Amino acid sequence: MSMNRREFLQMLAAASAAGLALDSPAALSRNDARSFYDVPTFGNVSLLHMTDCHAQLLPVYFREPSINIGLNDSWNRPPHLVGEYLLKTFDIPAHTRDAYAFTCLDFSHAAKIYGKTGGFAHLATLVKQLRASRPGALLLDGGDTWQGSATSLWTQGQDMVDASKLLGVDVMTGHWEFTYGADRVQQIVNHDFKGTIDFVAQNISTNDFGDPVFPAYVIRQINGIPVAIIGQAFPYTPIANPRHFTPDWTFGIHEDHLQKIVDEVRGKGAQAVVLLSHNGMDVDLKLAARVHGIDAILGGHTHDGVPVPSIIQNSGGKTLVTNAGSNGKFLGVLDFDVRNGKVMDFRYKLLPIFANLIAPDPAMSALIDKVRAPYATKLGEILATTEETLYRRGNFNGSFDQLILDALMESKDAEVAFSPGFRWGTSLLPGEHITLEHLMDQTAITYPQTTLTEMTGARIKAIMEDVCDNLFNPDPYKQQGGDMVRVGGIHYTCDLRQTIGGRIQDMTLNGKPVDPNKTYKVAGWAPVAEGASGEPIWDVLAKYLRDKKVIRPRPLNQPKLLGVQGNHGICPSTSKTSL
Amino acid sequence: MNVTRRTFLIHSASIASATAMLTFAPFVLADGWNRQAFTDKVLNDAMKDAGYDNAVKSTDILLKTQDIAENGAVVPIEATSNIPGTTSLAIFIDNNPNPLIAEFSFMNGAEPFIVTRVKMAKTSLVRIAVKAGGKTYFTGKSVKVTSGGCGG
Repeated sequence: MSMNRREFLQMLAAASAAGLALDSPAALSRNDARSFYDVPTFGNVSLLHMTDCHAQLLPVYFREPSINIGLNDSWNRPPHLVGEYLLKTFDIPAHTRDAYAFTCLDFSHAAKIYGKTGGFAHLATLVKQLRASRPGALLLDGGDTWQGSATSLWTQGQDMVDASKLLGVDVMTGHWEFTYGADRVQQIVNHDFKGTIDFVAQNISTNDFGDPVFPAYVIRQINGIPVAIIGQAFPYTPIANPRHFTPDWTFGIHEDHLQKIVDEVRGKGAQAVVLLSHNGMDVDLKLAARVHGIDAILGGHTHDGVPVPSIIQNSGGKTLVTNAGSNGKFLGVLDFDVRNGKVMDFRYKLLPIFANLIAPDPAMSALIDKVRAPYATKLGEILATTEETLYRRGNFNGSFDQLILDALMESKDAEVAFSPGFRWGTSLLPGEHITLEHLMDQTAITYPQTTLTEMTGARIKAIMEDVCDNLFNPDPYKQQGGDMVRVGGIHYTCDLRQTIGGRIQDMTLNGKPVDPNKTYKVAGWAPVAEGASGEPIWDVLAKYLRDKKVIRPRPLNQPKLLGVQGNHGICPSTSKTSL
Repeated sequence: MNVTRRTFLIHSASIASATAMLTFAPFVLADGWNRQAFTDKVLNDAMKDAGYDNAVKSTDILLKTQDIAENGAVVPIEATSNIPGTTSLAIFIDNNPNPLIAEFSFMNGAEPFIVTRVKMAKTSLVRIAVKAGGKTYFTGKSVKVTSGGCGG
């Protein structure tokens, strides 16, 4: 029997209504799984796209944001849609697998029904299945692959390098990869990847003479059709992350150079041109309107799981812009119909990877087991148990951030704490043990030092304004793609109708206004300056968790927001923010 | 002789700096630089004192720099004037303590193209102003300076 996905979903719904346990082997037999992932073939050029897996080799829970606000031109447009608004825009029925994968709705309940997402062994099976139906398909990785887990940090990305090769990644670009330092990146690219994975980036050059550091692109034949994959690494790596890791390299967006490269590959006969991008979706949407000749921008960085591509008009025609989520949750499938030397039509599907619908690939499972074996005991240490859902993703404090902030303030005896608005970090369900591995999922970076700094109220405000502008500047090219710095201790209002200097208002600490001239003790971590020596954040947190044993629901310090009435980037049913 | 580009350029750079010293020395002795314009603290004063007031916006001046500065201490600036008869080109940064950063003169039809590095403490418009045929023109681009961190 062959079922299409809709029928399969209906069957699942019926099974659910009939009271069948959805996780039972009967309900989740391989045949059903095959149908769920039986994406009809189309055209003659296929690209599989993964991005921002953040080194999650095993299936995880990952809660999508309940707050992902878009302003100005992005107001209520993808990717700035959450919860019910996202479902409605993309015509996804509520209370389904897809609704669970793409939104935060009913997260902890749905997670128990549909289970974990991602995992390289499951991904490997899916990639093989799709490749079998799509001969010549390329697997593209948008980066943020070597960072985000304990094992990736402890092996300097080697576990992910080996897993990527086994998975059969063809072309890659990067961002967090660079936080292992230029030498480590060069070593992997020139040795481990040699002859297997092409690392491309048109926007990285040397600081002195502007020489390219990596090839800008690669042209591969798919079913006899030349297809160009151009790389775009994260343009703001030396700003958002410590510059001292790549002191001799300069990044940036470089529209002019990109246009030259597009013209060059077209001149060399490329009939389909794709930008493998780590710009973030808002930057990609602007770029797509200003550079012509690109058929699709397969994007990442901002971790937006967007089911349908945005189609952007420019002087040369149209460019598709996609974003494929994070933490291994999704695999994008782009099929092109290339005829008479150009792309005539396309199909796109962003497939959620449900671990319990896909049999793990034995070879990949074996590799993962081998990588984890030396660290298994350490990773499995139970530090505490959580009574609430722990997550990070969202424009303002998530519950795991709140835990980090509270731990920092308590252990450093600080009145105020800052924690970076990273978009990676997996989620935990109520009742789960918090293991050291979970803790590392939130903190595994190469600059983990904690800091305690005396700052004036004015300085604190300036930092908050600065980060807020990186998120909400009206020009996407002035945004860096992280979320708002997580703030502990200080309550504030954020007026999104204002510009830098005017957004952060009514700052109070313990009920009293923050005095611009008074000095406060501020705890933080992940300093971008070289030479910090504080205790690593994971040690501070591990001590705190072992001490608390049980993590009870705690109030999230989210700002009061102004200027967001009617904004579809705020989920009314799950957002705890006051409007 | 097989000199790589990098080595060759390093050699040329040392020659260039030696040459530059020779060239600039007489200017310093003669006090030929516009002290007033370079020490003005307000953009309008600096533009006026350097003779670029009433500059009109032109798309024939090309300015390449970073959208967000990677390092405020060394922000790369590349500028070209395609306006015929360009005799000088100046860099102004609105929010720098002294907005006039540099002025370059082009004699006998030299190509008005410059590459340099500038220091910026905070977000500002960077302007390239040009004198050509007795008129003044400018273009501008905003460069953001941020304290960094917290990305992605």
